[in-house]
Amino acid sequence: MTRLLDRLDKVASPYLFIAPFFVIFGIFGLFPVGYTAWVSLHAWDISGAQGFVGLDNFVTLFGDPNFWNAIVNTLGMLILSTVPQLVIALILANALNQRMRGLVFYRLGVLAPIVTSVAAVGIVFSQIFDRDAGLVNGMLHLVGVPPIDWHADKWSSWIAISTMVSWRWIGYNALIYLAAMQAVPRDLYEAAEIDGATKARQFWAITVPMIRPAVLFTVIVSTIGGTQLFTEPLIFGQGGFAISGGSLRQFQTVSMYMFEKAFRDFDYGYGSAVAWMIFVLIMLLTLINFLLTRHWGGRA
Amino acid sequence: MRLRGRRAPLAIGVCALLVAATACGGADGSEEPGRTTLVVKTFSQFGYQDLYKQYESSHPGIKIKEENIGKLGDYTPKLQQWMASGSGAGDVVALEEGILIQFMARPDKFVNLLDHGASSLQGDFLEWKWKQGLTSDGAKLVGLGTDVGAQGMCYRTDLFAKAGLPTDRDQVGALWPTWDAYLATGQRFMTARTGASFFDSSGSVYLNMLMQLSDHTYYDTANNLVIDTNPAVKAAWDKTVQMIQAGLSGNIAAYSPQWNAGFKNGRFATIPCPSWMLGTIEKQSGPENAGRWDVAKVPGNGAVRGGSFLAVPTQSKHQREAAELVKFLTSPLGQMAAFKAVNNFPSSPKAIDEPAVRNFTNAYFNDAPVGKIFGDSVKALKPVYLGPDNNPVNDRVTNALTAIEQGKLSPEAAWANAVAEAKRVAG
Repeated sequence: MTRLLDRLDKVASPYLFIAPFFVIFGIFGLFPVGYTAWVSLHAWDISGAQGFVGLDNFVTLFGDPNFWNAIVNTLGMLILSTVPQLVIALILANALNQRMRGLVFYRLGVLAPIVTSVAAVGIVFSQIFDRDAGLVNGMLHLVGVPPIDWHADKWSSWIAISTMVSWRWIGYNALIYLAAMQAVPRDLYEAAEIDGATKARQFWAITVPMIRPAVLFTVIVSTIGGTQLFTEPLIFGQGGFAISGGSLRQFQTVSMYMFEKAFRDFDYGYGSAVAWMIFVLIMLLTLINFLLTRHWGGRA
Repeated sequence: MRLRGRRAPLAIGVCALLVAATACGGADGSEEPGRTTLVVKTFSQFGYQDLYKQYESSHPGIKIKEENIGKLGDYTPKLQQWMASGSGAGDVVALEEGILIQFMARPDKFVNLLDHGASSLQGDFLEWKWKQGLTSDGAKLVGLGTDVGAQGMCYRTDLFAKAGLPTDRDQVGALWPTWDAYLATGQRFMTARTGASFFDSSGSVYLNMLMQLSDHTYYDTANNLVIDTNPAVKAAWDKTVQMIQAGLSGNIAAYSPQWNAGFKNGRFATIPCPSWMLGTIEKQSGPENAGRWDVAKVPGNGAVRGGSFLAVPTQSKHQREAAELVKFLTSPLGQMAAFKAVNNFPSSPKAIDEPAVRNFTNAYFNDAPVGKIFGDSVKALKPVYLGPDNNPVNDRVTNALTAIEQGKLSPEAAWANAVAEAKRVAG
């Protein structure tokens, strides 16, 4: 009997110890994904399932101009926020990697934006980009530029929202780069120095290639985050029907469109179809990123 | 039901796994024996605090807990989730007019208040308000009415004085017997260049006109979408466009930070104000603007915008007690108390005719006799039928008007856009 228990202990215990993660992941991760797929195949409104409709929701979705508009907006803001964000983070990390006074202070400083609540950031930036009393329009006024209605156009609203996103995540990415940079062997730089390479040359020829895994990681994480962009444009939108992302859906992202269909129009089946398309989009973008970055890695 | 069946075993599993009694026990599990806690879910302001205390003292053993969510827009999706998942909705839920219409498709999700003796209360409610909560076969009563959004026109006396317009509320009301006259007054106001616009944004003006023009809006009573064939919709739209083109709108989206600040800084001179909005105006304008706002009659003949109901979800574990509480809160007495607390205008004719309501004046609004103004507005009213997707469609129309205000679309293109979007929503 004791031997049996002993054997059971050896065989089952490890599984039992790791079980909580998988059970919770199953409940909160896999189940909703599966359930959403199930709902997306139905006409499903406030009164519950109205019958199986197969891929109807997806067919409608592919012909829905508002959906494609949301995709374009999401990708546009993704590029507009991710690219400058990562480039600035890289430069910032390089600066923080030097010897200087008050280093800890600066390193902590770049972290501050991440711990700020996203709602607070959204509200402050909405004020900064306010049409009537905003800081940006105030400064433009000083140089004689007429005030811009930041909400009214695609380009202006994208800039405002991307600024918000970048501001929040630059520090986070910079710290990841910094950690990677610290692991780059010093003697490489010493050798480069002896060979007469400038600081800039060292940065591009040694630092960047050496921290490639970190860059790959941040690109993928930023892409996933950008694809799910929701809170910032929502708060920027303001007003009673902010979920539409502006009067002509100038800055409505796919996540916002999903929420609008499901919780504003109470078309849960359609909303679930949009949710699944977001999932597919993320997988696609991650794959593209991965291939691109690997290609870039091969050349270096 | 399928949803419920699936979730229950999972929920038990999670509880067992986490052994988190506090998280899974829920509000009902923690109450003392012999005491019943009723959870009331509300949005915005209902003004029930004093009524709860009164009810608790006359009903020993009952404890009332209100869980309030500030914005209707945040409340609605949460309510959806509670109703769909079969838990979380508490014992009494507040249903705004638009939500009620959508939930009328599922009366089985709510306790039939007729089973709890509500039929004798019919005389306590305006006829159309009573009917709104009743299924079309008259068999089930989903909700009892609380307030109605009786319309007035709020205006800034200081800006009116600056523009050389009368400031006395009767004279101001006489300025605009019709919306055309309102438009003309607006043009006079704008020539004075006070720096303020005549109204905040076109959405509320448009909706106000629409609610006066016909007995239905975007849907006919057979629930067909008639946005492009109902002449009332186009008439309200055209008049609104005319006002935008005359430069009367400040293009300040309602409920945005700009709008909130606009009350303080006097950026707009008038705003169509349903009774429930007076509390918002007072809160946003702050004590420094006390006495600068006043209320006049609304152009045209009365109108109503919004208004709510109280209902008991079938998921409540204390349906009988909850129904009793609903009857108490929506009684003429309860409605009068709510009116005094936050200006939610009663839907009970008895309460409307009470001197306490009829003679009620609002100190913040220059002692305006709001009881009389809103009472007259409600009495001039014809009920308007709102179809199932009324609110989503109206969102689209309002957005199209905003696009005109922003100079992004011509009125013709905006109208085509609104109709196309409405058809997509309803289709």
